Amino acid sequence: MRMRLERREPLPSWVLVLLPVAAILATLVLSAIPVALAGANVFEAYVALFQGALGSRFNLIETLVKTSPLVFTGLAVAFAFRAKFWNIGAEGQLIAGAIAGGVVGIYGGALPSFLLIPLMLLVGFLAGGLYACIPALLRTHLQVDDVVSSLLLNFVMIYLLSALLFGPLQRPDAGWPVSAEIAEAARYPVFIERTRLHLGIPLALGAVLVVWFLNQKTKFGYQARAVGSNLQAAHFAGIPTNRVIVLTALVSGGLAGIAGVGEVAAVQYKLLTGFSPDYGYTGIVIAMLGNLHPVGVALSALFFGIINVGSQTMSRMVDVPSYISGVMEGTALLVMMVFLLLKDFRLRIERR
Amino acid sequence: MDDFFTSAFLTGLIAATLRMATPIIFAMLGELISERAGVLNLGIEGTMVMGAMVGFLTTLTTGSLLLGVAAGAGAGMLLSLLMAVLTVYLGLNQHVSGLGITLFATGLAMFLYRLAVGSPIVPPTIDPFTRIEIPVLSSIPLIGPALFRQYGLTYLAFLLVPLVAFFLYRTRAGLVVRTVGENPLAADTVGVDVRLTRTLCLMAGGALMGIGGAFLTLAHQNMFLIDVVGGRGWVALAMVIFGNWHPVKAMIGALLFGLLDGLQLRLQGSDLAIPFDFFLMVPYLMTIIALVLVSRRAQVPAALLKPYRREDRG
Amino acid sequence: MASPPRCELSGISKRFLGVTANDAVDFRVAPGEICALLGENGAGKTTLMNILFGYYRPDEGTIRVDGREHSFAAPRDAIRAGIGMVHQHFTLVPPHTVLENIIIGTREGGRFLLHRAAARKRLAALQERFGLRVDPDRPVAELSVGERQRVEILKALYRDSSVLILDEPTAVLGPQEVEGLFHTLRLLAEEGRSVIFISHKLNEVMEIADRVVVLRGGKVADERRVADTSARELAQLMVGREVLERIERPAVEPGATVLAVENLRLTDRQGVPLLDGVDLHVAAREIVGVAGVAGNGQREFCEVLFGLRVPTAGTVRIGDEAFPLGRPRAAEEAGMARIPEDRMGAGLLVDLTVAENLVLNRYDQAPVGSGILYHHARAEEYARERVEAYGVKTRGVDQVARLLSGGNLQKLILARELDGEPRVVVAAQPTRGLDVGAMEYVHQRILDQKGRGAAVVLVSDDLDEILQLADRIVVFYEGCPIGEMPAAEADREKLGLLMSGVAA
Repeated sequence: MRMRLERREPLPSWVLVLLPVAAILATLVLSAIPVALAGANVFEAYVALFQGALGSRFNLIETLVKTSPLVFTGLAVAFAFRAKFWNIGAEGQLIAGAIAGGVVGIYGGALPSFLLIPLMLLVGFLAGGLYACIPALLRTHLQVDDVVSSLLLNFVMIYLLSALLFGPLQRPDAGWPVSAEIAEAARYPVFIERTRLHLGIPLALGAVLVVWFLNQKTKFGYQARAVGSNLQAAHFAGIPTNRVIVLTALVSGGLAGIAGVGEVAAVQYKLLTGFSPDYGYTGIVIAMLGNLHPVGVALSALFFGIINVGSQTMSRMVDVPSYISGVMEGTALLVMMVFLLLKDFRLRIERR
Repeated sequence: MDDFFTSAFLTGLIAATLRMATPIIFAMLGELISERAGVLNLGIEGTMVMGAMVGFLTTLTTGSLLLGVAAGAGAGMLLSLLMAVLTVYLGLNQHVSGLGITLFATGLAMFLYRLAVGSPIVPPTIDPFTRIEIPVLSSIPLIGPALFRQYGLTYLAFLLVPLVAFFLYRTRAGLVVRTVGENPLAADTVGVDVRLTRTLCLMAGGALMGIGGAFLTLAHQNMFLIDVVGGRGWVALAMVIFGNWHPVKAMIGALLFGLLDGLQLRLQGSDLAIPFDFFLMVPYLMTIIALVLVSRRAQVPAALLKPYRREDRG
Repeated sequence: MASPPRCELSGISKRFLGVTANDAVDFRVAPGEICALLGENGAGKTTLMNILFGYYRPDEGTIRVDGREHSFAAPRDAIRAGIGMVHQHFTLVPPHTVLENIIIGTREGGRFLLHRAAARKRLAALQERFGLRVDPDRPVAELSVGERQRVEILKALYRDSSVLILDEPTAVLGPQEVEGLFHTLRLLAEEGRSVIFISHKLNEVMEIADRVVVLRGGKVADERRVADTSARELAQLMVGREVLERIERPAVEPGATVLAVENLRLTDRQGVPLLDGVDLHVAAREIVGVAGVAGNGQREFCEVLFGLRVPTAGTVRIGDEAFPLGRPRAAEEAGMARIPEDRMGAGLLVDLTVAENLVLNRYDQAPVGSGILYHHARAEEYARERVEAYGVKTRGVDQVARLLSGGNLQKLILARELDGEPRVVVAAQPTRGLDVGAMEYVHQRILDQKGRGAAVVLVSDDLDEILQLADRIVVFYEGCPIGEMPAAEADREKLGLLMSGVAA
């Protein structure tokens, strides 16, 4: 008996909508194995997971707080991948945005909030975006592989942050790498008192709409689709492919940069090392799981927010290590990739 | 600054260079073999984490260091087998599959470690490998103690470099591997099983990555910490490119990294004007510069990243 | 049959995604026989031979070699049974040396180490015997196309193939190299080996083969001994009807010069000239055919005209205006319709929809584009109109282009490029890989453009196509036109001489 893959007629588009849902379900089923391995009742564990993430107003808001940066990094990666700019560097771009936005927030206390926050967003966007332009330009002008260069630049930025926090940005009286707090006016406004329902959440929703508009309704979106589909043909047709790639990088890195600004202005209120729990890398998973569509990205980010917050509760309630969230994220990505393959191919089993 | 270049300092620095280069060399060779066969394995970082964790737990429970190394290699092979299923047999995107494996393996390694040891206040430790002193040679002044008072795994790593080069350029199987990485169709049409070749290369590579990880918990340190690998997988990946896919040149890159890493450790204490983070940044910047320099005439295996699928028409 | 067959295929069927490539094909070849497999593009010749070579598995049918039935799971099984194949697109590793390319996967001299010396000796003997000269220690990347083909043949012979399949081996060779190849093939047959020669060129088949099997639409149309047939009869069998093509050539007089190419020069990175001073003038209502052995600068010539490469010297004018070279859009705007050689590579975005492909050269102009916006609905509206006008068979303009057949993909390019009454049409290999119906359609559209008043440059490796369509023929040799003649005075022999560098 042998198995092989055969190309098939593509499935109708509603299947594309169902795929992520099916992938999430399959992830939950597969992740039951390590949960059971930890000696927990799988049903109770999942109840704890979802209750911990969605069970109360407070939990729900915490989940949204976790979701917001993930939406941005997910969008960043999805936007880049659509044009086949392989941006693995969202993590570094996020940190670049956080540093730039953070510096503005720390020293810009003289400005009123309604000026300071937009300025932080702008600076954060530019810092992340310009940092993403490095691998893009290296690719368009020097044929350097964008995956490797964008990945390596993450580490450069991580060490740059660390160097700054041990150097000029270190709070004078601190013995460890941490900056001074940002100004009061630099903090994202909170909509419900004594919760963390902050500006970053509607901002993420807005970003989903903007990216959707850019993709679907603009000439730039068309150009990016063409470049992503077939670089050679796009060039043949006279589309300025290099410019499209660099602009894509700018927007992609900018979105990641805004995620970084949010972490500083709404969660940490200062700069410190290791503040991002790999949001940039998780963004890659989210983008894939969301099938590179902005709405899909938003929903995948929500799912990941649920896993992240819920796994803490699960850890407390049924004693499953919270690292289960990492296992689930990895599983979700791998499952989704296989599912996407089944969209174009079918498995044929033949007997000899 | 006076005691900077004393002989003790130099000896220590050279010894540290080799030691720090060891895990990089293992992982680099693993990545190089995979890439020569046409598969970019971005699962390298996660595979090292898993190797480090499995190696550590095995030694912790059995007390045998060698079993620990073997288990680390085995864990690496299993993860690479998963990589092979995804990229070689299913033909999925190598970038995303590899990152997926790194995410998955890192998460799983932490998870399993917590399951196995719980969360004690003091993490458990093992008795790590001791250094093997090679008689006579180790008494050469200055370099003797630096080069010949090392861990067994370090000697093995440096022995493997010429062996891998010999394998690739002087053996039939090596020619098959290089052909599969350059033009799988050419290999297929002379009767080579492309998928099997790639799978075997991935698995051999995974074993080396696993050993590289295990070195970190069984020799370099004596416990498993969350960031024990700390990006060394990515450094190893970068060194493959830096070395233009040749084992010896890549080893030179790994040594350079080892030197910087060793220097950085030694300079942390001193009050040098440059923050030590800049030293840590150097290998990455160096690789990017190498990428720029070699990109025009790089000997990238031509079929890297390309899944091979027969009967793919229509 | 006098001798029992060396290998025999019976009842072979193969389908790809519902498209039947082979339909119950029977085929056999005897020892010492040179058998031609003749057929149009898409007739299923290559698929059939890939099945014999173990590259594809048949859906139905059996393969026998020397009387034994085989089920080949992979080429290695076929190679073991003595089958060797030289593919049309060579399967060599450019950075490796000739020797390495030949010995890969073989076991002789030891299982573990490479024994280069022993292999070199055996190779030298083979080269001597069959007159296949090539330096074993040079990297394949440095070899000419003809030399590469010799490496491929040596590769098969090194494995002791008793059946050698060659897929369109002459497509890339000049006439002299073809002679050398035929000499080798005859030597092979004299030794008792079987040679299967895939081709769609009648005169070659008549020259080299003992027997011809004609495939049409995936089925065996018929077979003949070469001694008992004629080129005319084979042509009928191949196409399946009396006349080769029923296209009308409009009788029109050329007008004023529209396209003027002057002193075009291009060198590669090493400074080797690719185009060496090309001059070409094309008038309105004129088709100029550009012929030549592949690799003599025709592709680079098109790339410069298309705006993809910046020449080192020279100008291109359309009407009175020189347009900037190296900018794809400039060519388009100057009024050039560009039909690229590589349909899937340069011509189309196969993962996008039919509509998105049709607006590729007008997505940023009204009505589809305005300001920063792209109007999806207007793009589809435009696309529906073009699909209608060109009879593109598609389920809808929102269908992914990849699903269209080769002929429909080419129609898509024509529908896009020929809109807006271009003044110049440059078509590179416009019918390569198309079936007869689609080919006729493309030819008709090209003639329509000429009739309408366009200046047409037709670059093709297919001499028949050029002889049928062109008013004037220019032959490229080593990067420049070596000679030209009115189509009325041209024949294959004259062109062949020019193509091999013998100036008239």
